[in-house]
Amino acid sequence: MNVIVCVKQIPDPASPGELDPSTNQLKRDGKLILDESDSYGVEMALQLVDAAGGGEVSIISMAPNGEMSGMRTALAMGAVKGVLVSDPALAGSDALTTAKVLAGAVQTLGGADLVIAGTESSDGYTGTVPEQMAELLGLPSVTFAKSVKVDGGALKVSRQTEEGFDEVTCPLPALISVTAGVVEPRYPSFKGIMAAKSKPVDTKTAADLGVTAAGWAGAQQAIVEVAQAAARQAGEVIEDDGETFNKIVEFLDGLKVI
Amino acid sequence: MADYRPPLADITHALTTVADLQSILATERYSHVDVDTVVGVIEEVGRFMAEVIAPTNRDGDQIKAQWHNDGSVTVPPSFITAYQQYVATGFGAMPFDPHFGGADFPWITAIAVQEMLNSANMGMALCPLLTQGAIDALEAHGSPDQQAMYLPKMLTGEWAATMNLSEPQAGSDVGAVRAKAEPVGDGSWKISGTKIWITYGEHNMTEQIVHLVLARTPGAPPGTKGISMFVVPKFLVNADGSLGKRNDISCVSIEHKLGIHGSPTCVLAYGENTGAIGWLVGEENEGMRNMFTMMNNARLSVGLQGLAIAERAYQDAVAYAVERRQGRAIGAPAGEQSPIVEHPDVRRLLMFQRSWIDAMRALIYTNAACLDQAKAATDPDTARAWRERADLYIPLSKSLCTDVAQETTSAAVQIFGGMGYVEETGVAQHYRDARILPIYEGTNGIQAADLVGRKLSMRGGGVIFDELDRCASLADRLHENPSMVTFAANLRSAADTCRRATAHLGETATSDPATLLSASSPYLRLLGTTVCAGLLAEAALKVDGSTTFGAAKITAARFFGEQILPAAEGLSGAVHASSEDLFAIPVDALI
Ligand SMILES: Cc1cc2nc3c(=O)[nH]c(=O)nc-3n(C[C@H](O)[C@H](O)[C@H](O)COP(=O)(O)OP(=O)(O)OC[C@H]3O[C@@H](n4cnc5c(N)ncnc54)[C@H](O)[C@@H]3O)c2cc1C
Repeated sequence: MNVIVCVKQIPDPASPGELDPSTNQLKRDGKLILDESDSYGVEMALQLVDAAGGGEVSIISMAPNGEMSGMRTALAMGAVKGVLVSDPALAGSDALTTAKVLAGAVQTLGGADLVIAGTESSDGYTGTVPEQMAELLGLPSVTFAKSVKVDGGALKVSRQTEEGFDEVTCPLPALISVTAGVVEPRYPSFKGIMAAKSKPVDTKTAADLGVTAAGWAGAQQAIVEVAQAAARQAGEVIEDDGETFNKIVEFLDGLKVI
Repeated sequence: MADYRPPLADITHALTTVADLQSILATERYSHVDVDTVVGVIEEVGRFMAEVIAPTNRDGDQIKAQWHNDGSVTVPPSFITAYQQYVATGFGAMPFDPHFGGADFPWITAIAVQEMLNSANMGMALCPLLTQGAIDALEAHGSPDQQAMYLPKMLTGEWAATMNLSEPQAGSDVGAVRAKAEPVGDGSWKISGTKIWITYGEHNMTEQIVHLVLARTPGAPPGTKGISMFVVPKFLVNADGSLGKRNDISCVSIEHKLGIHGSPTCVLAYGENTGAIGWLVGEENEGMRNMFTMMNNARLSVGLQGLAIAERAYQDAVAYAVERRQGRAIGAPAGEQSPIVEHPDVRRLLMFQRSWIDAMRALIYTNAACLDQAKAATDPDTARAWRERADLYIPLSKSLCTDVAQETTSAAVQIFGGMGYVEETGVAQHYRDARILPIYEGTNGIQAADLVGRKLSMRGGGVIFDELDRCASLADRLHENPSMVTFAANLRSAADTCRRATAHLGETATSDPATLLSASSPYLRLLGTTVCAGLLAEAALKVDGSTTFGAAKITAARFFGEQILPAAEGLSGAVHASSEDLFAIPVDALI
């Protein structure tokens, strides 16, 4: 079973981020790391290939400046090769262009039995790329996967919903988006890190993939304004006088949750 | 307690700018490693330590290692899962022999891994720390069979190891060891006696514990010349490498301590029943020399623990200082309380920690670099020069960094005010944990004695004078930078003061040993602080001051040179004083 995982490389959330005032976009010109929400996809892919008893995990990423640090982490975890699309012309790309680029990257790898993405990135939160890719690739797509199994030629997915979860069966090849926490991502071992150094990463431009890079000008979406998040309201502190549970019941009742 | 943030930029700076990792990797011996790889590994290690190991630190303090009636010892459950993950990463094997599963990375890279492991959880880190020391000892002195039997699993960390020197009458005075070893006749020995204070002597974190034990063989000469080293496994190892019969070693009790509660400190009874079986490591009566391989390694690591705990406490302190509001800072608008980080005295507490942390890191990483350079040098004179410098630095690294850690963790507590004195914030744990550091692995008093005893006389004082010449020439270069002239003058002056102190002690060494030993601790502090100032000066000259990071390094170096170094120079009085007043009051009157 061959799996391709989309991995986004993002600025380290632990260091203070900065917006570019001219585009209202997050500055991404420094060092980038593997988006944690994609580490679940990588782990999931490794486990599925393991369970299938053969095959390999490849990764694809679109990032500025030929940045590969985050991809190296995924390779150190066990992915065997990667495709990086890095092209100044792609700066400012909207979700759809990103999806076209990543779909193109999937095709350069000759497709796969399964393509995995995160439900949304931790720095952009558009949350639409996986479905757009599926459409472009003509694959069925299952979103919000919280557990995934391959049974015969079919994919069995528990799909997170607001009420609980749906059991979905879907033929392969397919594309799924996985939620955070779906599996426990492994930490790269020393041997894995060393091996990752010599794993091939193919660098492509938009033109290589036949995608027209529209950049800032051609983006179909724009961030028109950035506003401060409203400060969180102070909570109510209740002294426990032995009857506090009534107040809690009242409060929950007010929220219409009980 | 704030989450641990691995100081990757500082560590990379210490590796490359301070300790010149590039020149180590340029040697033939380490040509298979490159800087990018090291930095890549360090980043992953940092993330692992922060996310997996650091969250277990409080459990160590609160749940503690526990002794049970059947003689078993358990560590907090979170230690076990975190340690298993550590084993799975294989980071511990990095600096060791590839024959046994290592990657032959330079020691300095292992120091970077250990720093973050110790900042994350010092109580847990002691287990790999001692294992690494034992690996070093077996790599150097073990027989090929012993190496094949023990090393592969010790390198991965699947098996842990200990170091058994101390006995009730043999603490600082290792020569007083009484544990006995009797030949069985088949090449093995029966070990008997009681060892105390044995770190990770018994625990449930690994399936096997490999004890390295100092004992006396029949007819061995008294003192340190009659001590031999034995490898005594908790479980005897079958020919196929599987674990066999339980050896006759029992854990009688564990200590209740001021800190490092996660680390079990054990009393071990050897050979109470059938006899504990062990095998000689190296030659008979050479145990002390062989154990020194391990102790040098461990001494540098303990110095590193001082740095590591100082870093962790500092991170907590800064986080608190920007959150906590009290009083109005100078120039702040009326009517609102300022974050305490805006008060000059709080800034002083922070800068004191920060510049010492830079200094400690410079000292430790340079010490490790000297060991690597000595190993890598092909020309014997060059190798000897590096070796001498490394040897000089060992007592400085161990004592200075562990003494300073007392002061910096105390400063961190101080920043928390009353909240530092209660346990919820976690900063008190660092202060308590740090207190062991000047005691174990040769007390700091013993380190000072080593400095004036063995190290001062190396090349007739030449090794120390070379170091001081280096400081003086750095002072000259520093002087050319207008913002550094005061630092430069202080460095030159401190180097001169050290030179006089060294010459003075060289003269008293044979004529007046009491005075020599009286001066040992203040001399170590004076010399160590001066050496640190030299290392900071060198790094400040190299770093790119136009970046925020580089500018902060220069500021911290200047703060050290202008505000910390002069106080150390004031120790000159204690170094030159005679021992008379120390002994003038009779013991009866001291009581
Ligand atoms: C938590 C913990 C873990 C430990 N782990 C281990 C371990 O794993 N393995 C092991 O073998 N040991 C271990 N030790 C023992 C430790 O190394 C000793 O406690 C240490 O060497 C000091 O010995 P002592 O306690 O007998 O003190 P003493 O030797 O009695 O020293 C008491 C004081 O006298 C001073 N002093 C003694 N002799 C001299 C001298 N000649 N010159 C100047 N000053 C002197 C010392 O500096 C110290 O201040 C551990 C101890 C502790 C507390």
